[in-house]
Amino acid sequence: MKYVQIFMAFFRSGILGFGGGPSAIPLVYKEVVEKYRWMKDEEFSDVVALGNTLPGPINTKIAGYVGYRVGGWPGMLIALFASVVPTVLLLIIFLTGLGASKDKPWVQGMSAAVLPVVAAMMAALALDFMKQAKSAMTWKGLILFTGGSFLVLQVFRWHPAIWIAALLAFAFFSGTAREQEQEKER
Amino acid sequence: MIYWQIFLAFFIPGIFGYGGGPSSIPLVEAEVVDRYHWMTSREFSEMLAIANALPGPIATKMAGYIGYMQGGILGLLVALFATIAPSLLLMIALLSLLLRHKDSPRVKKMSVFVRPAIAVLIGILAFEFAFESAEKIGGWKTFVLAAVSFYLLEKKKIHPLYVIAGALLYGAFFLS
Repeated sequence: MKYVQIFMAFFRSGILGFGGGPSAIPLVYKEVVEKYRWMKDEEFSDVVALGNTLPGPINTKIAGYVGYRVGGWPGMLIALFASVVPTVLLLIIFLTGLGASKDKPWVQGMSAAVLPVVAAMMAALALDFMKQAKSAMTWKGLILFTGGSFLVLQVFRWHPAIWIAALLAFAFFSGTAREQEQEKER
Repeated sequence: MIYWQIFLAFFIPGIFGYGGGPSSIPLVEAEVVDRYHWMTSREFSEMLAIANALPGPIATKMAGYIGYMQGGILGLLVALFATIAPSLLLMIALLSLLLRHKDSPRVKKMSVFVRPAIAVLIGILAFEFAFESAEKIGGWKTFVLAAVSFYLLEKKKIHPLYVIAGALLYGAFFLS
């Protein structure tokens, strides 16, 4: 049953994810956090954060990890299979059989019309994460970190992986004396 | 021999491609077109055009298709393995470590610090998709489609399946 759920969650988010792996993040979020409740908001955003600091495709990293968390190694394989294989087969069928149909105007119309939907899903997820961030810090901290991230990513054009790694390192080494004391007691 | 080449051709973009599948496209092209000459750059861009119109992660679609054309089903599996496995294993190892220390104040602080950055990152992606769409179908249509989708998804809580299917139908009839 669990394996069927894993399959369905990643089959749906794979087959509905137009615009490449990252565009499916909101769909994966819907399945993993809202529908099946395998993870809380916070853990999911940690997974996305770490996925962004590591190389390689982001979608399969998230699918593989969630599958592994929920159902061990078999869960991982099922999640990967469900998110990858159906769309690979679709591409092979299209390229070897129906190659000409990409020039048909209705196919191009379809792929154009889906972009604003992806943008809306992304915006909704960004707002969700922002709310979550607010629940863990003061307004001042939120504005500082959000503004700082925007500046670094969009204006200075740092690579996201470098910025996230820098934030993680800063958090790790910047503990106050009291926090380090707590750490030692554990 | 061919399987080893397929493995290398997708292992390298997988391990050096930061920022998800789409950012590894030029790296895949360098291997497939420039190094191994499995495709011409014209064939590659045609494949990319179709791959972009279809759903699903782009990196694995490319890997699966090229692996299949070069080495059949086994080639497909090798290419997918090389694309997915290295970074996924790293991810599982690091997150398991993090999960074990999840009550440590230090680890908590790490995830608090990083959260606004992830929100910004995803927000930027939202704008990029919106701009790409505005270039294709114009600003007004993009705005209306995005606003209606947002309303249906967030306020009416309609499943993305129906919203995406609706957009596909709209596109097939009104944007062609």
